[in-house]
This record gives sequence, C-alpha cells and structure tokens, in this order.
Amino acid sequence: MNRIDKTFLDLKKRGEKALITFISSGDPNPLKSEEIVFTLEKAGANIIELGIPFSDPIADGPTIQSSSQRALSENINIKKVFQMVRRIRKRSEIPLILLTYFNPIYQFSPREFILQAKRAGVDGLIIPDLPPEEAKELQVISDKEELDLILLISPNSSKGRIKIISQLSRGFIYVVSVTGITGARKEVPYPIKKVILRIREFTDKPLCLGFGMSTPEQVKVVKDWVEGIIVGSALIKIIEKNLENQNLLKEIEKFVIKLKRPLSSGNKITGEP
Amino acid sequence: MLVKKRGYFGKFGGCFVPEVLVPALKELEEAYFSLRKEESFKKELNYYLKNYAGRPTPLYRARNFSRSLGEVKVYLKREDLLHTGAHKLNNTLGQVLLAKKMGKNRIIAETGAGQHGVATATACALLEIECLIYMGEEDVRRQSLNVLRMKTLGAKVKKVKSGSQTLKDAVNEALRDWVTNVKTTFYVLGSVVGPHPYPVMVREFQAVIGREAKKQIIREEKRMPDYLIACVGGGSNSIGLFHPFFKEKTHFIGVEAGGLGLNTTKHAATLVKGKRGILHGALSYLLQDKNGQIRPTYSIAPGLDYPGVGPELSYYKEIKRAKFVSVTDKEALRGFFLLSKTEGIIPALESAHAIAYAKKISSLLQNKLVIINLSGRGDKDMHIIEKYF
Ligand SMILES: Cc1ncc(COP(=O)(O)O)c(C=O)c1O
Repeated sequence: MNRIDKTFLDLKKRGEKALITFISSGDPNPLKSEEIVFTLEKAGANIIELGIPFSDPIADGPTIQSSSQRALSENINIKKVFQMVRRIRKRSEIPLILLTYFNPIYQFSPREFILQAKRAGVDGLIIPDLPPEEAKELQVISDKEELDLILLISPNSSKGRIKIISQLSRGFIYVVSVTGITGARKEVPYPIKKVILRIREFTDKPLCLGFGMSTPEQVKVVKDWVEGIIVGSALIKIIEKNLENQNLLKEIEKFVIKLKRPLSSGNKITGEP
Repeated sequence: MLVKKRGYFGKFGGCFVPEVLVPALKELEEAYFSLRKEESFKKELNYYLKNYAGRPTPLYRARNFSRSLGEVKVYLKREDLLHTGAHKLNNTLGQVLLAKKMGKNRIIAETGAGQHGVATATACALLEIECLIYMGEEDVRRQSLNVLRMKTLGAKVKKVKSGSQTLKDAVNEALRDWVTNVKTTFYVLGSVVGPHPYPVMVREFQAVIGREAKKQIIREEKRMPDYLIACVGGGSNSIGLFHPFFKEKTHFIGVEAGGLGLNTTKHAATLVKGKRGILHGALSYLLQDKNGQIRPTYSIAPGLDYPGVGPELSYYKEIKRAKFVSVTDKEALRGFFLLSKTEGIIPALESAHAIAYAKKISSLLQNKLVIINLSGRGDKDMHIIEKYF
C-alpha cells in the first residue's frame, strides 16, 4: 500500500481528517523549505504538497504568485526539487505530492519526470492545468509507475465530468471549494457541500477540499464533509510575513497546530507523538 | 467518454486549463459551433462588418512600392482601413455578438499594444455590454493613447502588475478573472491563441480577410497569388489571410519580430526560435528556458511582443505549409518609412515587419504576384518612431 492510501486508512481508524499543506519548494530558500517540511510534519500535517514554481501560474492568486517568484529567484527547478525530496525521504515517511503546471513537466519529459519523481520518493502529482482530457498519456505512465495522479473537481463540473474524474483520480480527489483562484478566504464555502454529496454518489475515494481554506473556524464547519483539508495561501502568508524572522518555524508550527486541532478525533491534541 | 482530441491541429492546440474553465469552454464551443451556422447570426455579423466596420477592405495594387522592389506585383490587403485601424475588430465584433447571444453580461479582454483592447471596447460600446480590459503596467505606459481610447469608449482598464507586466501577464490576469467570474463573463481573446475553441473561432472570424482577398485577386489578376506575406504576433491576421488559400499553390510567409536580433534574448520570434510547450491553454511553439519557464520577449512592435503563437501556425510550420522568418526592429523601421514614403500609407509597426520582409527578399519575388496583409495603420506608433527622426 502506498503512503497516501496508508495515511488515509490510518486517519480513518483514528477518526481523524487529513491536513494537507502546500508550500513552494525553495521559498524562501531551498534549505529553509526543507526545514519547513519537517516543521509541518511535527505540527500535525499529514500530507505535504511541494510546488515546483512556474513563471505563469494562471490558477494562483497573488500569494502563491509571489511565492513562486521567490522560489524562481532561488533558481529552483525540477532536478533540485527531486534532490530535496530525496533528502526529506532520509528522515521522513510523510506522503509527498508535487504540484506544478504542465509546461515544466513537458520540457523535462513527462515519462522521465514520473520515473525520477517516483525514484526520489514522491507519492503523488497534481497539475492544475491538465484536465483529464489532456492527461491520458501521462496517466498511463503514472499508473504504471504507481505514482498517484490527483485530479481536481470544481463547483461547476457537470455530473458527467464528476463521474469520469472520480474514476480517474488516484490517491484522493481534490475538490476545489470555489470557482476562483488560490488565495486565503475567510468564508465557509457552503455551496460546495452539494457538489461533495454528488461526488460521493460515484466514489468512495477520499475527498480533500482546497482553495481558500485558512482558519480553524472554517475547518470546523467543513471537516465533516470530507477526508481532508488542503491549506496553501494561508500558510504561505505566514512565510511571507516572517521572511526575515528567526521565529519563522515557530510561527508555522503554531498555525498548523491550530488548524489541525479541529481535524483530530475527540480532544486529543495532534502534533504530539 | 470524454471527447477525444478535439481542438487539435496535428499535435498542436488542445485545452490545457484548470477544471473550472473546462465547462465554460465547452459552453462556448457549443454556442459558437451552433451559432456560426445560423443565418440570423451570420447576417447580423455581416451587417456590422459591412456597415459599421467598413468591409470589404480594399485590395490595393501598390505600384510605387512594387517598383521599389523591382519587377514585383504587390497588392496590399487594407486592414488598416477597417474601423479602429486594425484587423482586430473582425474578431471582437464576432465574439461580443456571440457573448450577447449566450446571455453573458460582462466582457473581459487582454491587450498588449492596446489594439485588441480598443477593438473590444468598441464592440462593447456598440453592442452595449460592460467591458474590462487587462493591460500590463509596462504597456499602459508604452501605449497611453490607446488607454485613453479604451476609456473614452466606456471600458475600464485594469493595470496588471504581476510578472513582466506585458501581454502574457495580461492574459494570465484575464484568465484568473474568468476562472472567478466564469458564469457571467465572456473572455474575448485577441488572437488565435489560447485553449480550444479560441484558435479555431478567432481564425474563422479573421478568415474574412482571406476570403475577400481571394475574390479580389481573382477579379483583378484572374489567378492565385504566388505569395502571401503577413506579420505574426499571436497569428490572427496571418492565418486569417492564409486559411482560405490553404488548398492553393500559393506560398505563405509569416514574419515574426526579430527585435534586436535572433542571437540576443531581445526578440519575439516564437516559431523561428522557440520550442514546443504549453502556455495559456494550448500546446504550441513557445519562447522558454530549458526549465520550461516562459521567457520575456521584446519587439519595437508592441502587438508582436508575445512569447507564444497560435497552434494552427505551429501546425503549418510542422507540415511545412508556411515558412516563418523574422526581421529586426531596424529592418521593420526601414519598411515602415519605405511604405509611408512610396505609397502615402503609414503602416502599423507590426505590419511593417511584413513590408520589410518583402523588401528583404525582393530578388526572389521578381515577376511574382504578392499579397501583403497590411494588418493595421501606424498612427498608434508615432510616439515610438519619434526618436528616429
Ligand atoms: C496592427 C497589428 N498587426 C498585427 C498584430 C499581431 O497580432 P496577430 O498576429 O494576432 O495578427 C497586432 C496585435 O496587436 C496588431 O495590432
């Protein structure tokens, strides 16, 4: 069983929901982002998404755009992200998912990308600008190598598309909470609940809700709908605010513990061994 | 099952967009492919093209300019005489009309030089629909006159501060807006780029150029031209001229922006120097680095300053149906002045690239019949050429 499946199974047994955190690899610099990964794990994150920055991230709001720019100015590329994954794998078994736009993968060679990612210890892959119609060739390779290609469903996806995407997505299904771009939001995306119920008609794969998730209050409301919550911009905002701060890791830890708390079973505080 | 391989030209094209846009693009595809056949839609569009925009545009035999090339017979397709001064209005009238039929109440568009922004704002004023134009901050500075035109026409202009603050970033922002307001909003893309169905839809709206030119040249010369020459930014004026001649023996030449030279990084010669990749929803040629990051581009002609190109042009390159070349800023400027002085026609700096290339290969064109697409007029470029006096 791969690390992603095992994580969801273990969480289910404990009556917990997954906290999935996104950072850009190399933001604010390569060394620091490795330390951030370990901090996230220690504080209670269950799965880590590592972004590979792209110059033109059309699905991202200002926070992740700036984060990508900082990472690009550190000369981050796919090879370096693989090296980073290898170093993380020496110390941790937390599921790692890469997230990037299709062009960097296309230039690298999709087959090589999947082979090398798998070998480095990557578990899953999310490509926001690769809908299922265009993902077929890649999916053949990723299925063969047993790397989970995770697909997205958005609030306006038709029933037909929901059915197909639920079948094709591996690992879990990424449910986009709003029609929009990434960015921290305060509101609870109530309308998405209907979409989630519809997805459940077609699949029992884990559903994880992302885009806009930022506060424990939101998490408290939506946690019963899904198997996991994905947090990106809100976390990156903390990195952004503490670029020069010695206490960056402490601040991240505090934030993650607070978000994870409502996702844990009973009153048990996670983040502790 | 999902429809397979729709929207591809050979291996190029496709629909590489976030899931949230897929339903919107399907809606657009369905609406467009059903309306394009409807008599009432065709009639309405043709009415505006004729009575409002000034179609057909003349195919003018440029005797003086021809003489400066030797024994060449050059005709100019006068898109510069179209309302607002460039071919862009052919497309925006079509798309805004379509948006109205689809019941959308808000139009967004990107613009680089401002020509597409002005053409969109114009169509929106005419057809009475709200309009927001995204424009890179750098371009807002370079093309301030067109910003004023858009505002005069009642459009809002939003400065884009992200990335390189030029056309590609304006497209990014327009896409982000569309992702967010997908239910109410219609995105009017300005060239034959972007995800399916834009490349085929914009080409069909622009193919009026080639259809007219074909009729006109047969009337004048009783034969097909030997060469068609057009400048290539995203590719809409070139494919609009080329496409109706696809089955003829006519040679197609697309002229890209060589900027300060192809051996520098300061150019926008995507088909000549680029590699395949995915940007703004389509697989096509791209200017990018080895990591797949999009390269900043440069040209004296703001309308050519884009790191991508339409997938159908990439296909023409692949099957060798067209030849793609480039001329530098300097050569384009020479073409600009040459046409102005010989014919009394000031071309847009974009179109001047096509003029300059005809001059460059004039020895090859001897005794040939040539149509050059004069995609726009040069009034908008006066402040750019000011420093060359
Ligand atoms: C006059 C003129 N010609 C050509 C272009 C280039 O676009 P395309 O290659 O789509 O025709 C532009 C773009 O702004 C333009 O304004």
